[in-house]
This record gives sequence, structure tokens and C-alpha cells, in this order.
Amino acid sequence: MTAIVPVPVGLTVAALLFCIGLIGVLVRRNIIVILLSIEMMFNACGLAFVFAGSYWLQPDGQVMYFFILTVAAAEVSVGLSLVLQMYRQFGSLDVNTINRMRG
Amino acid sequence: MLSLLWLVPALPLAGFLILVLGGKRLSHQAVSVVAVGSTGFSAIVAILVGATHFRFAPGGGAYSQTLWQWMRVGDFAPSVTLSLDALSLTMMLVVTIVGFLIHVYSTAFMAADEGYGRFFAYMNLFVASMLILVLADDLLFLYLGWEGVGLCSYLLIGFWYKDRDNVRAALKAFWVTRAGDTALAIGVFLLFTSFGTLRIHAILENVAGYPVGAPLCNVAAALLLAGAVAKSAQLPLQVWLPDAMAGPTPVSALIHAATMVTAGVYLIGRMHALFLKAPTALFIVAVIGATTLLLAAFSAVTQHDIKRILAYSTISQIGYMFLALGVGAWAAAIYHFVTHAFFKSALFLGAGVVIQALGGEHDIFRMGGLRRRLPVAFWAFMFAALTLAAVPPLTLTFNSKDLILNQVWLSGRSGAVLWALAAAGSLLTALYTFRMAFVVFLGPEQTRPMDKPPLWMLVPFAVLSLLGAVIGVPELLNALTGVKGFYYYLDSAMSGPVHEFDASVTEWVFQGIYVAISAIGIALAYVFYEHALAYVRSVTATRVGSLLHRLLFAGWGFDWLYRHLIAVPYVRVARLNRGDVVDLLYVAVAHVSRGINMLLSLTVNGNVRWYAAGVAAGAVVVLGLVVLL
Repeated sequence: MTAIVPVPVGLTVAALLFCIGLIGVLVRRNIIVILLSIEMMFNACGLAFVFAGSYWLQPDGQVMYFFILTVAAAEVSVGLSLVLQMYRQFGSLDVNTINRMRG
Repeated sequence: MLSLLWLVPALPLAGFLILVLGGKRLSHQAVSVVAVGSTGFSAIVAILVGATHFRFAPGGGAYSQTLWQWMRVGDFAPSVTLSLDALSLTMMLVVTIVGFLIHVYSTAFMAADEGYGRFFAYMNLFVASMLILVLADDLLFLYLGWEGVGLCSYLLIGFWYKDRDNVRAALKAFWVTRAGDTALAIGVFLLFTSFGTLRIHAILENVAGYPVGAPLCNVAAALLLAGAVAKSAQLPLQVWLPDAMAGPTPVSALIHAATMVTAGVYLIGRMHALFLKAPTALFIVAVIGATTLLLAAFSAVTQHDIKRILAYSTISQIGYMFLALGVGAWAAAIYHFVTHAFFKSALFLGAGVVIQALGGEHDIFRMGGLRRRLPVAFWAFMFAALTLAAVPPLTLTFNSKDLILNQVWLSGRSGAVLWALAAAGSLLTALYTFRMAFVVFLGPEQTRPMDKPPLWMLVPFAVLSLLGAVIGVPELLNALTGVKGFYYYLDSAMSGPVHEFDASVTEWVFQGIYVAISAIGIALAYVFYEHALAYVRSVTATRVGSLLHRLLFAGWGFDWLYRHLIAVPYVRVARLNRGDVVDLLYVAVAHVSRGINMLLSLTVNGNVRWYAAGVAAGAVVVLGLVVLL
């Protein structure tokens, strides 16, 4: 097992992925895409964990990734059911139509 | 028997508690029994304790009884301790006996008043506070009594609170005496920081080690003097006493003639060792006394209201006591206090009898010819008036003022000037006293009395008047036969410079002068107000005469002076400061906070992505800080 990808490169990729996800959350209005972007941020974190684990030769990074995967799965199931409800209530997937808790 | 001392203040206090807690549930009868009973038993215990103390004066002449420790903060441990020596014994007896007689009188005087229970609750509290004041062995405990009597004075002046004028008079009395109380409190603080104790005996022992004229002694004495001046209605804080006559007449008799207003005299007498080390303060005491007695006597001559005449007379007589204190004649001052307490409260009670018989008439010129209708009151009033004007041999107490005058004459430096002022005051005393007595009781009848005064008003009045006239007998025996009387008894407790005339002939000459002064005053009163009233009226009608009359009538315009010197500028400053300058800073803080709040509440727009952006930006800032720093 040799490190094919050097650690700094891997971490940079993770950071880029995270930023792309974050920008997606901030700029997109479609809630499905927002959920997708959140998944992307989860996976960026997971990638960083795995790289860190391989750098210190510890299995903890990969263990942590499984936890993240579990949380992401739970989040997606709850999130998608909420999206379903939202579509039934408002007939739209645009988050700006549900900003009624203002102020 | 001495250990019963605590009962003396405790009984009236218990009476007060019963009356306050019982409130309106107590019947008229029950209120009388509790109020008169508690003060009566207190007087009996006081007499028994006093007699025991007199016979077996414990070592040093002072008996002290520690009841409990009040509090303990570090070294500061004031205790509730009563102390009995010749001075406090005298004061205690006067307070309880006069208090008891006036309580009896009040049961008849206030019988028809709706605030009967309230009145006696305040009166009992007053007697208890006054006893604490005179018996306290600790300055803090004394201060408790001092404030207690001030409170009762305020409550009782404003007793008929539905009349705005009465409330105003009560507030005036409270504020003016408060000015002095503050000075007294500062004096007490100064004594504590200097000596580390507030026990009077310990302080006086410490003071003995200081040289005469030490700055500390002078400052402390001056502060105590300021308190005494306000409480005893002396120049320049005498303005509250004439207005205090708004209270019921028994209150004027008990509080504003016999007891509370002499608290200042007591305080100076109690702290006399301190004042001996402060010759400057002591000289100020004498000057204040001499000036006050003369100015107040002038005002008394012009008043129409019988109670205001007596009020100015009280100020004037307390002036005599201050004068005596000022020349170091402690015993003479206390002796005059005792006789004054009896005859002046008798005069007030007599005024109450007359006022009530005439249905609330206060103006002496609408009275007149009451001699036939109220014979008992006439004779009792005359005896008290003779005692006030000091006329031997009709009264046996004539020498209380003369002793003061003698001591002033003999005090050396500036004694003659002060003596002349006091002698002039004597003439005026006789003049205003008999002006009042003649106008009220002789001459043609103006208003017909409605009914006979009740027995329970006449009896205490007559008893007080008689006591006032004969209380000086031991002193008289001293003068005639050389038996050591009251004066020497007091002097044993309060050693001061006692001066004696070189020859007894000189003393007799002076005695003759005093008698002549009194006689001239009475004769003037008789001539002016019985035969030449029209002439007096014409004099006061001239331009200078009416100006002078108005000035004296208004008590030398001190009220006007204080209004323009203190009240008006104060109101003006308050008006300028209506926006509250100091508050602006705090208002600004509030405004800035509100602005920031409005700015931040713009961000709460319900847009989740906006919040997420906020979180991200915050995280970037924190990360940036972590990386850069």
C-alpha cells in the first residue's frame, strides 16, 4: 500500500469539494440541489478524514467515514421526506417560497 | 430595684406595640388604659429606680445595665446599654412624669378625635424613644432615640393630616431637624473613627487625654452642636418650631416644650467633657444661646396666636439653657430645663384648655375676661406664668434663670455682654408672658366659653403648674440655709467650673436686679395691654412701627431668607436640570444599543440560505484568525 496521491493534494481536493458544496447550498434555490450539495460537503469531510487517517497510518479516519456515511443516509431519508411534504404543501421546490418564519 | 431600669423605656414601647397592633379593634376605653397605664407604670418605676439610685449611687455615680449586644462588625460592637447617672436620672424623671400627666390630659383633650388610638400610639412611641435617648450609654443607641423622637415629632405635627398646612409644617420640622441630624451623624462617625468606640463614657475618658482646643475636639463638638441646634430650635435652625404648633396642643406641650426640644441641651450636657476641650465651640454655644433667647423673645411679644407665643417663648428659654451650657454652667442649664419642662408644659396645657373652651380660638385678642369663667385654669396659668417670669415669692422656682444669669456674669471673658443680653431677655420674658396672661384672662369678655373644661384636663394642668412652682424648693433651701440642693447633686455628676460670688451681698444685689427686671416687665405688660392698648396699636400703626412689627411677627424673616437663599435657587436648579444632565450618558447607551438592534434585526429575514452564509462567513473568520494568529 503506497500513497498514490500525496496528502496535500488530497486535502486540497477535499477543500475544493467542500467549497463547491457550500457555494451550491448558498446560491441554488432548488431544494433537491441544496440537498445534493450538502451530500457533497459530507463526502468532502469524509475524504479529508480518510487522507488524515492514511497520513498517520490510523484506521480511525476510515471508521469515521462510515459514521459520516450513516448520518448522511439518515439525513437524506429525512430530508427527502421533508422535500416531498414541501412539494405537496407549496407545489414548488423553490426554498424562497417557504421563508415565512422571517423576523 | 435598679435592675428594673429597662422597664422604664420598655413599658411605653410595649404600649405602642399594643396600640399599633390592636389598631381600630381596641375600644376607646382600652386605648386610654393601655396608653396612660404604660406611661404611668413607667413613671412609677422611674421614681422607684431614681430613689434607689439617689440613695445608693453606685460607684462613680453611674449605673449601667447592658441588655444585649446590638451587632458585631469587626471591632464595632455597639450594645444596647442603659446608663443612669444624675443627668439621665433627672431627664428620665421629667420625661416620665410630664409624659404621664400629659397622657392623662390627652385622654380628655383628644376624646372626640377619630384618630384617638393613632394619637396615643405615637405618644407612647415618643415617650419610649425619648427615654432611650436619655438613658442610652452608646452614641448609636442614643442616635436611635434621637431619630425616634424626630419621627414622632413629624407624625404628631402632621397628626391632622387632612389639612395641607399641617402636613407642610410637619415636613418643615422634619427637613430642618434632618439637616442637624446629618451633622450629628457625621460627628458620631468622626468620634468612632478617632476613638474606635461609641460608648459615651469611653469617649469622654479618651477625650480627657487631649489638650484644650485640640482640632478634633473642636470639630466633633461643632458637629454635635449643629445637631443640637436643629433639634432644640436654636438660631439659625429655629424656624420649624413655631410652625410645629400645627400639632395637637398636648403634643406641643410634651414634645415641643418639655422634652424633645431639650434633647440638644441634654446632648451637650452629656458630652460636656468634649465641649470643655473645645472652647471655640463652647463659646459659639453661648453666643447662639444669647442671640436666640433675645430674638425669640422679641418675636414672642408680637404674636397673636397663643401657641405661637409659647413656641417663641420655648425657643427663648432653650436659648437660656444654651447660654448656660456655653459658659460651662451645666447644672444650671439642666436645672432650668427641669423647671421649664414643668411650667412650659403647664402653660401649653392651659392654652389647650382655653382653646378648647372657646371652640378652637387661637387669637389672644379674641379671648379676654376668662378669669371668671375658668377660675381654676386662671390660677394654674398664672402660677405657671409667674414661674416663667420668675417672680418671687409667688413662685418658689424663680431662681432657675437667675442661676444662669449669675454664672454668665461670673464666666469672665465677654460675660458682661452676654449677661446684658440675657437680662434684656428676662425683661421681654416677663413682658410677653404677662401680655398673654392679661389679655387672655383679664379685661372685657370677648368670646363666651362654650362649656366647662373637663376635670381630667384641669387636674394635670394644675399639678404641672404647681410642680413647676415648687420644684425649686430644694434649691431655695440651698440659697437660704446652705443645704446642698439639686444644683450640687447635678454638679457632682457633671463637674464644671462653678463660680461663686465673693460676697453674699453681691448675690443679693443681683437677685434684687432680677426681681426688679421681672417686675418692670409685668408692669409694662399691665400698663400697655390693660390700659393703653390703643396706644400700642397706634405705635404699631406708624410706618416704622408696623415695619418692625411685621419683621418681628414673621420671626425676623428667617423663613423669607431661607426661601430665597435655599428653596428658590434649589427649585431653579431643579428646573434647569429638568432633562437630567447626568442621565444623558445612560440614555445614549440605550440609544446606541437600540440602533445596533435595528441593524441586526435586518439580517433575520427568514431566508435559510442567508443564515447558512452567515455561519460560513463566521467559520471563515474564525479559521482565518486561527491560521493568522
